[in-house]
Amino acid sequence: MKLMWFHLMPYTELPADFRERSPSVWIDIDPKLFNPARGHLMYNDFMDELEFAATCGFDAICVNEHHANGYGQMPSPNLIAASLARNTRDSALCILGNSVALYNPPTRVAEEMAMIDCISGGRVIAGFPVGSPQDTCFAYGQNPSMLRQRYYEGIEFILQAWTRDEVFAFDGRFNKQRYVNAWPRPVQQPHPPVWIPGGGSVETWQYCAERDFVYCFLSYFGYKVAREQMHGYWAEIRRLGKEPNPYRAGFLQFVGVAETRAEAMKLYREPAEYFYGRCLHVDPRWVVPPGYMTEATIRARVASQMQLAAKVSAGGGPSINQNATDFEAIVDNGYVLVGSPDEVADKLREIALDLGVGHLMLLLQFGNMNKQLTQYNTKLFAERVMPQLKDLFDDQWEDHWWIKPMAKGERASSAVAA
Amino acid sequence: MINSHPSRVWRKGSGAPIAYFPGVGGLPKWLPFLDHLAQSRTVIAPSLPGFPGAAGHDALDTHLDWLVATHDLLIAAGLRRADVIATSVSGALVADVAALWPELIDRLILIAPFGLFDAVDPPADIWAQRPGHLNSILCADAATYKEFVAQPDDADPLEWKVEQMRALEASARFLFPTGNTGLSARLGRITAKTLLIWGELDRVMPFSYAERFKQIIKHSVVQQIPGAGHLAEIDAPAAVARAVLDFTA
Repeated sequence: MKLMWFHLMPYTELPADFRERSPSVWIDIDPKLFNPARGHLMYNDFMDELEFAATCGFDAICVNEHHANGYGQMPSPNLIAASLARNTRDSALCILGNSVALYNPPTRVAEEMAMIDCISGGRVIAGFPVGSPQDTCFAYGQNPSMLRQRYYEGIEFILQAWTRDEVFAFDGRFNKQRYVNAWPRPVQQPHPPVWIPGGGSVETWQYCAERDFVYCFLSYFGYKVAREQMHGYWAEIRRLGKEPNPYRAGFLQFVGVAETRAEAMKLYREPAEYFYGRCLHVDPRWVVPPGYMTEATIRARVASQMQLAAKVSAGGGPSINQNATDFEAIVDNGYVLVGSPDEVADKLREIALDLGVGHLMLLLQFGNMNKQLTQYNTKLFAERVMPQLKDLFDDQWEDHWWIKPMAKGERASSAVAA
Repeated sequence: MINSHPSRVWRKGSGAPIAYFPGVGGLPKWLPFLDHLAQSRTVIAPSLPGFPGAAGHDALDTHLDWLVATHDLLIAAGLRRADVIATSVSGALVADVAALWPELIDRLILIAPFGLFDAVDPPADIWAQRPGHLNSILCADAATYKEFVAQPDDADPLEWKVEQMRALEASARFLFPTGNTGLSARLGRITAKTLLIWGELDRVMPFSYAERFKQIIKHSVVQQIPGAGHLAEIDAPAAVARAVLDFTA
């Protein structure tokens, strides 16, 4: 199993009364709340943490893209990944990812990822999310009704740019380029592994299966919420006659580890409540621009809501509260997994087997967790949890979706000196 | 058939034809406003792509695609040189068609049309509203609009919801994110006599836009409707019908 260290880069100094003072953490967060001098320190701490995780032996360090967002301060994950490419040695650089539809022409994405793949000696995982509605439609003004078609076409464009050995014309529905010539080209051939972060749409599952891409379920609501999604994904994989290799999938989980469960409950309360209380304060007006969801997904959701309404009126109800902000509920709901190293390892093994995920992404920094606690969490996980999990699946499955870096002896000395 | 997709055209009444293009959400049901008109006119209500009664919005990528589809819909519905009413989001398209093909429309009635944008006095962002809130700002009285879009007993609840969400997507497809289609550069080409109707209680499109349209459209007048909101013809069917019939008499 691959264990991957993921950073959101949250602003760590949102005021205690943020929910009351600010309409949302995203899109219309008050720009005056951002203190650039504090931002300087935060970015440097965050990059220290990512580099520290790499030295601790995590298989990958992961960055992602958000815009106008108080809990995700990487408008350009490529900038961070470029720096990490220089300051890390062996870990994969998982860029999850570039929201392809935001870049016109997508040549820019092909070029920058190829640059980072060259600088790092072939360690890039190319993540291509459609992007959240907040990031794409509201922060970047993309038309929600055309976003997905642009996205699929953009991926096609990038793959052609990486793999065709000639200058070519791309006359797409949305992207029209007379001369496409992505220079530089990626080290990994035919191209870096492609991973698709997605929600739970059947179309995305089918797309990943057909194209042989990794499907990643990235949610802030933990393994309990993920069960239905991941089981649906595997059912679709089986239906399509594909090999149920757990390395076809990725999943994100918040984790806080300490010597004892009691200690973990003490240490991670504040950062978890900060994240779920302040960072996830998103105004619902930014959640569903019309057209963002496909009609098939709308039909499935409306039908599911009707079933849920029937269940509630019959005395049942949802078992998971997706609005929990106090730590006990956060833990009970499985958003954040806390415990001693052995407890965490046991639970993660159970989760990985249940969800069938070979790529486990871990948020070991969350909310306003400081560098010291982040490094404690990271180190303890690496030393006491990772050894219990790293061999999982490897006796049975091969990871065909992992990086293929250059041999160490062929890499630039500065890139291996860290 | 518009753009290879069928389009519903509702007709009622007798007399000189008058077209009606509805606003946000389209025309899921017949309206009392149209009954008022149908007493003396043949009301013809074609469905734009993606609005209730017509598919195919997802094949239209550019503003030119939408204008050609709107033009072709008028022709297909037999509406050459007819009087045309267009409300809210569809007003942006019909005003553009009147500008590009001035001979196609006789008298033009625009009810709080989209198509312009001023950051100093922006319209409400109809595509970024909290769940259920949009339905409460489209009319002066929220209950009026909710009744209009309430599911009839014989409708499939899933299809009814999907149809309304699709209509909102269709409007976003040609207007997102600001609603500015560059229309101001073309409004001066309109030769049709134009009536600009605004509900006095419009919470979506500020009244300042009435003056902007009036300044550019040569033969235009403005009439406000007391007690009416953005979809003024739903709030005040008799008053808006009277204004239209007087203007086109």
